[in-house]
Amino acid sequence: MLILECPYCGVKAEETELSPGYEAHLKRFGPGSSPEEFEAYMFARKNPKGVHFERWRHTYGCGKWFLAARCTATLEVFGTYPAQVSEPPADIIAKIQARRPDWKGYK
Amino acid sequence: MSDPVSALNGASFQGFATIREIGPLGMITLRAKGLKSLDKAIKAVTGTRVPAPRRIEIKGDHACGWMSPDEYLLILPYAEVGEAMGKLAKALAGEHHLAVDVSDARAVFRIEGDKADQVLRKLMPVDFDRLEPGELRRSRAAQVAAAIWQQDQGFTLVCFRSVASYVMGLLTHSAQPGSEL
Repeated sequence: MLILECPYCGVKAEETELSPGYEAHLKRFGPGSSPEEFEAYMFARKNPKGVHFERWRHTYGCGKWFLAARCTATLEVFGTYPAQVSEPPADIIAKIQARRPDWKGYK
Repeated sequence: MSDPVSALNGASFQGFATIREIGPLGMITLRAKGLKSLDKAIKAVTGTRVPAPRRIEIKGDHACGWMSPDEYLLILPYAEVGEAMGKLAKALAGEHHLAVDVSDARAVFRIEGDKADQVLRKLMPVDFDRLEPGELRRSRAAQVAAAIWQQDQGFTLVCFRSVASYVMGLLTHSAQPGSEL
């Protein structure tokens, strides 16, 4: 069971109160971009075994979208943070680096 | 004018806790964030302070609950809703907000008795041991969205009117005598 703390309302919500939003920090390529860029934006996902950044929505609670950093192999949650950022906050990165010294960064 | 009718016409059930459908209850959803006149507007309608995150401020039959960072639920007697909408519009004039009368879109239940929490423990993914007095918890009851808070030795549960009979069924089944935790 995955338990994520909603950064907006502070509820430690379990998975069934949330909706998944898949990979976080995608850069959108829309009109004017090359077909390769658009294809990559549309279809190419990381699907890593290990550290992963995801979007989640607190559907049954406050209804807000937030982002979470977790490990897909162990289900360890490194932290959650509000969605109004374009890259993971420094404290989350530091926490992941402390727990996973060989992690290569989120890019 | 026609009389307002609650979703289940005041249905009730006596198990190891008492389940009552109450209402009609006046409810206004107010969406607003960081407004200058917000505390004044809420005070004018419910007579309470602006609630802290995840809290509900109760004053008699009026209350104001925190639903999300930009949403409040104002609870008041059904007959006062029209007047309250006017007060809100006046107090928040010129500021970006949305106030909607949702009284007829919701159903409200009371779960009362010493073991009222057990009825809900079976239905909601909520840690009731850590639920604080004055906390409004939005979550789900089995398959549908619901919000609960503690009030007067029991719980008040709010859900959508369209699922009122489903929720009544859940609560009734959960409160069956002999099924205490």
